[in-house]
This record gives sequence, structure tokens and C-alpha cells, in this order.
Amino acid sequence: MPAEPSDLSRPMARPAALRRAEGARNNSDASIRGRSRRPWSRIALVSLVAAYLILVLGGPLIALAHELIDIGGSAILEALQSPPLRLALMTSIELTLWAVLLNALFGTAGALALSRWRMPGSGLLDALADLPLAVSPVMAGLALMLVFGRRGWMGPLLDLLQLKVTFAFGGLLLATLFVTLPFTIREIVYVLDEVGTSEEEAATTLGASPWQTFWRVTLPNIRYGLGYGLLMTAARSLGEFGAVLVIGGSIAGHTQTATTLIHDALEERDRAAAYGMALLLALASVSLLLLLERAKQRLARRQR
Amino acid sequence: MKIEVEHLRKRFGSFQAVDDVSFSVESGSLVALLGPSGSGKSTILRILAGLEEADSGSVLFGGEAATHLHARLRSVGFVFQHYALFRHMSVEDNVAFGLDVRKVPKERVRARVQELLHLTGLQGLEKRYPAQLSGGQRQRVALARALAPEPRLLLLDEPFGAVDAKVRHELRQWLRRLHDEIGVTSIFVTHDQEEAFSVSDRVIVLRDGRLEQAGSPEEILDRPATEFVACFVGEANVYEAEVSEGVARCGALSVPLRENLQGKVHLVIRSYDLKLWREEPGMATIERVVPLGDRVRVQAYLDGCGPLLAHFPRRSSLLRGIEPGCRAQVELTTVRAYPIVAKAPPS
Repeated sequence: MPAEPSDLSRPMARPAALRRAEGARNNSDASIRGRSRRPWSRIALVSLVAAYLILVLGGPLIALAHELIDIGGSAILEALQSPPLRLALMTSIELTLWAVLLNALFGTAGALALSRWRMPGSGLLDALADLPLAVSPVMAGLALMLVFGRRGWMGPLLDLLQLKVTFAFGGLLLATLFVTLPFTIREIVYVLDEVGTSEEEAATTLGASPWQTFWRVTLPNIRYGLGYGLLMTAARSLGEFGAVLVIGGSIAGHTQTATTLIHDALEERDRAAAYGMALLLALASVSLLLLLERAKQRLARRQR
Repeated sequence: MKIEVEHLRKRFGSFQAVDDVSFSVESGSLVALLGPSGSGKSTILRILAGLEEADSGSVLFGGEAATHLHARLRSVGFVFQHYALFRHMSVEDNVAFGLDVRKVPKERVRARVQELLHLTGLQGLEKRYPAQLSGGQRQRVALARALAPEPRLLLLDEPFGAVDAKVRHELRQWLRRLHDEIGVTSIFVTHDQEEAFSVSDRVIVLRDGRLEQAGSPEEILDRPATEFVACFVGEANVYEAEVSEGVARCGALSVPLRENLQGKVHLVIRSYDLKLWREEPGMATIERVVPLGDRVRVQAYLDGCGPLLAHFPRRSSLLRGIEPGCRAQVELTTVRAYPIVAKAPPS
């Protein structure tokens, strides 16, 4: 058989993150072509954007670095070894690990439900999954207090079970789960919709059980989307402040997290602890960003 | 395995996709479901595979009820329109999938995969991924994957829709040879009449979810049961004519009818069922002469009747002197007449 032209028209998995990146690239191409006739306006626009980015992103980072140098390395190292700071950091890491684990399970299950079993009411569920993006985390914390607080709806039940949610790790976790809920669900629903159902149907006609189909076909197709969503979850869990402050109360050595510790340290004028922790969080964010970038590249490579 | 479909109905919302369709497919034959888009042919295929459940009616596989059998227990091979290859698996793993999920021993899987890759001419591509294959190669991987678990029935949804014309032509012939070699009962869906006639033993013509005609390619071509089939198969001229005393008249045309019809009828004349030659005064004016490779298409206007389309072999002596603007005499070799029903014929 002679050589055949490859078929590029086939729809491929294209996660939201990647689509956004591509969209940005295409837009910039278009604007370059459109503006090449008017170089001055182009230069002005580019400088304006650069100035804006320096002001909004670069400025605070430079200031943070300057402050760290001012405080001095040894003071910061010493502060980082203080027990309250280490406990707060451990709490944040523990929260993040739980949030990642639970979002992996329920995010995947939720996304499958939303994408694969369309039924009356799933439109509402779909919108509900985006709610945490729109709601202020402080409000989320307050609402959780109303449900799980001592005088809340679930108060008697929690008393009965001798469980403590507010001002305890459970509360921190609930708040974190609330704010990170959309990330995995959104990313996976997008990939699932893009991939379509025909591979799963093919697996079924070939004799695969639903479980085999999930492990061998669905999961491999969504794995990069899932990874991307979980990295976003981790970044958000480490950085969340409002919701965990309201429901946890930032009790030192107990419900104090990395972010609430920074807040408390600033109140107590403990610059070394505040900026030391800020440095750690910034490093964590940078590593997560690098991982995100790599995940995006993996996604892009798989398109070809 | 013999397939019987009885009074199948399927509705999606307010759309009646399949409306009381019955047919049977003999064991070992290759059958085409032919129809325009929206005629319900893909839905019937999906019902046969168990991917869709019929609202009513029944499906029998080899005489046994299969209407409510789960898709994964039907042992039906399905080739999807866009192949639906597992994109994260190599060619080898794709083909082996149906055997792996049934826990077939590794050595047997390997042997069967090799056999199928040989059969489909894909040796050497075992380690490739679907994205690294051409359209025709993906098509053959999809077929090998569907055939690996030795299905009782092979279903193909627009199998050649996504490849270009030349490859499509070769794949058709190849599919026919492959079918003759392995002899599995096969049903494929197509909207391309040439494809249906060149590959299959029998053709089932569908329209708006209803069965129009089922028969051999010759029967469908030479004895179209309905006006729709007569028009859908090949390019046809359709004229509205008035019948009186057994003769249908339309402008310059007058056609004696064998059928006992009254009132208004549609005359259907295939583009190759007529002759025309240059003659004054004639009954038609030539408008365009379009060479199409081995054939020539002549567009003319039949006096008092309407546009006329005719196809001739490129070197036909009838074409001598035929040029735009000249007059021509027309002789009809085969005319079919159908009573005009209330529903408008498809354009």
C-alpha cells in the first residue's frame, strides 16, 4: 500500500491548561502580525505590559528578597528551626498531602460522574463544582463553622462521636478541601469531554469490564490532566489562608499553618519567622510551578 | 452467525432515529447499511453492538435473543468511525486488548497478535503508537483489534470515511478480500453508494429511520422499490408528469407506462439511462459538457420539462458535435414512474 497522508483531523485530548497556553500563543502571533505595520504602538504596548508585570509581580518578589537579606541568613535559619514554625510547616504539609489524596479520589470520581453520566440536574452539579472559585475563602470558613461548629447543624452528632472539627485538624482539612475542590474536577472533566467516549465503548465491545475499562483506558487518558489538577491542588493547599484561619483559629502548635504563622509572626514583629516561612512557601511554589510547566509539556508532547 | 432484526425502534428525544426496521443478515455475508446522514444506520449498528438499547423490537444472534445482552458479552467486533484506538497503547497492545481482558495466556495472545498483524499487513509497526500511523494504517489496526477475539459478528461504522479517496478505494478491495478470507458475518454503514455496491453482497437502503429496500446490489440498481431508492442510487433526473391513457407527458417528453398509474407521477431517469445526439430541431438544448476522467457529463435543458443530466463514456460516438448551445434529440432507455405521495421527495 502506498504512503498515506497522516490524518490530523482526529480530535485529541487537550487539557484546559494546554488549550489556554496555545490560545495565548496564537493570540500573540495574531497580534504581532496585526501590529507589524505600527511598530510604535507595539513597543508602547509591550513596555506597558512589562511595567505592569514588574510592578505587580516583580516588585513584591524583589522586596521579599531584600527583606530576607536585611534580616540575615543566620537569623532566618535559626527561626526556621523553632518548634512552632516546624509544627506549622508540618501541619501545612500534612494538609496538602491529605488534600491531594482525597482530591485524587473524589476529583476523579466526580469528574467521571459529571462527564459520563449526564442526567437531569447535572448542569446544577456542574455549576456547583465551580462555586469554591467564586466564593471568598473566609466566607467558606464561616459557612463551615455554621455546619460543624459546636452550635452548628452537625454539632450534636459530632459531640456524640466525640469528634472535633472546628479548631482542629479536621476543620483545616475540610476548609482546604472546599477551596481545592474545583481544580481536579475541572481539569479531568475537560479532558474526558475532549477524549470522548468511543475508546471506552471500544474497550466494552472488546469484552472489558467497567473496572478494566477504567484502569486500562480511562485513567491513562486522564493521567496528565489529573496530575495537573493535583499540582494546582497542592499549590492552593499550601497557600490557603482565610478559610483555615476562620475555622482553625491558628492555635500555635495545633492548628497554625504556614500561612497563618506568617500572619501571627508579623503581628508579633518576629520578622525572621515571618519572612523565613514566606521564603519556604515561595520555594515550594516555584518547584510546583516548574512541575506544572513540565506536566504541560508532557501534555503538549502527547498531542503529536 | 445469522443476524435477525425485528421491528426495531429507537427514539432520541423527539427524533425517531429508527422506525420499525426489520431485516436479516445471512451467516458469513457482508452487508451494507446505506443511507444519507440521519437515516438511522449508525444507530442500528450501535444497537447491534449493544452500545445503544432499542426502545422496542428484538435482535437475534444465530436464532438466540440478544436484545438485552450486555455489549461486552456479545462478542461483536466494532470498528469505530474514527477508529477509537487506545492512544496510549502501542499497535501490539491495541490488538492484544480484547484477549488480555479475557485473561488469555500470554503466549497465545502473542501468537494471535502476530497472526492478525500479518493478516492486516501491519508487521513492523508493532511498537508504533496510533498518533504515528497514517489514516489507512489506523483503520487496519482498528480492524485487527476488533478481529483479535474472534467475534461472531463484525460491525464497521463508516469504515472508510476518514481516509482520502485513493486509500479508500484500496481499503475497500482489501476489506472485501479479507472478508472472503476469514468469512465473519459483517455489517458496515456507509452513505456512499459506490462503496456499498462495490464491497457488499447485500445492500439495505435506509431513509429517515425506515427501511426502503433490502436486496442484492443488482436488485437495488435495476429494480428500485421506491422513488427514493431510484433517486438516491446514481444521479437521476426527476420530472413531474401527467398520465393520461397510459402515457406520461411532461413538456417534450411522452413516455408510455407499463405500470397502471393515474394522475400525477414522478418520472425518474438515471443519468446513464438515456441517449442524446445532435439533431435539429430536437427536444433539448445543450448547456454544458464536462469531462470527468473516463466519463463526460452533459447538462442540457429539456424543452418544457427541466434540466437534464446525462453521462456518457468519454469516447462515445453520440458525443460527436455535442457542444453548448446546440440542439439535441433525446431517447430514454429506462424510465421509472412513481406516484407522487403527499410527502415531498428528497432533493
